Amino acid sequence: MARAAVLGRLTWKVAEAVEVVPETARVKTIRLDVPDWPGHLPGQHVDVRLTAEDGYQAQRSYSIASAPGGDSLELTVERIDDGEVSPYLTDELRPGDRFELRGPVGGYFVWEPSRGGPLFLVAGGSGVVPLMAMLRHLDGEGDGIAATLLLSSRSWEDVIYRDELERLNGGETRVAHTLTRSQPDGWKGYSRRVDPAMLAEVGPPAAERPHVYVCGPTPFVEAVASALVELGHEPSRIRTERFGPTGG
Amino acid sequence: MESLKLDGNAAAGLLREVFATEITVASGTCDGCSSVSAVGALVAYTQAPGVVLRCPHCDDVLMKVVTDGERVWIDLRGLRSLQL
Repeated sequence: MARAAVLGRLTWKVAEAVEVVPETARVKTIRLDVPDWPGHLPGQHVDVRLTAEDGYQAQRSYSIASAPGGDSLELTVERIDDGEVSPYLTDELRPGDRFELRGPVGGYFVWEPSRGGPLFLVAGGSGVVPLMAMLRHLDGEGDGIAATLLLSSRSWEDVIYRDELERLNGGETRVAHTLTRSQPDGWKGYSRRVDPAMLAEVGPPAAERPHVYVCGPTPFVEAVASALVELGHEPSRIRTERFGPTGG
Repeated sequence: MESLKLDGNAAAGLLREVFATEITVASGTCDGCSSVSAVGALVAYTQAPGVVLRCPHCDDVLMKVVTDGERVWIDLRGLRSLQL
């Protein structure tokens, strides 16, 4: 994308749910049909707006999970119990239902093959969603670019895209898990919060100047970004996306 | 307050209502400390009546964007320049 490309006014479109697929007990992927979808870059998000019968509106941002170029748009949404939007999207939404959406938006937390590698992706929980769009894009046209994903989840059952990540692990893409609350019997992966030692063991060294993308809850992102700087990674190569309390 | 802190990227949709370009990749120069940051890398607080974007280096307020659904107010007082 040219830096100052004129994109025109961002307008709300009507998206129709095509399929709702459970990922974990709290997380679902929603496949959408959006007329005139202009395409997107891995890492971008959309804004979703719901309007109640009395006119009350609630709006939230959700990362795009699908790789560019597919024929549908996929969002992966975690249910936030006291949220205003995610309980509807994860519990109520059925194929054929419609809601308003605008996007894609965001140009900062994106990665394209032309940026090169290696890539170091660090996610906490559903922070894996925009990073999955990057891995899926790499899987399609990665051109030998190395990528490492370190994903922190509460338990093995809470790992989003678990089977697909198992399949992607190998060759140029490596996937490492840490399970912070409970681990299955015989677990050989990490079982603690992400710390500098883990980042140093799993990720490419700072000397390789990887592009680093960190996404997750704000305290997770802050801790990981500080640890990465401590390990010598250039702050300008570390891009972050924080999930806030309004993520629901 | 720490958990309320987001990235400028979180304001991308709102900013695209105002600017006809992807402003999160623009570089802003802080008038307070002269550091240069991508708008997407600024510190964003979105739980105010609008969005407040602060310098990640000195915490000065760089941009404030408030909307009531029909009108938008933009205060760029803390930005010395914005390079697109």
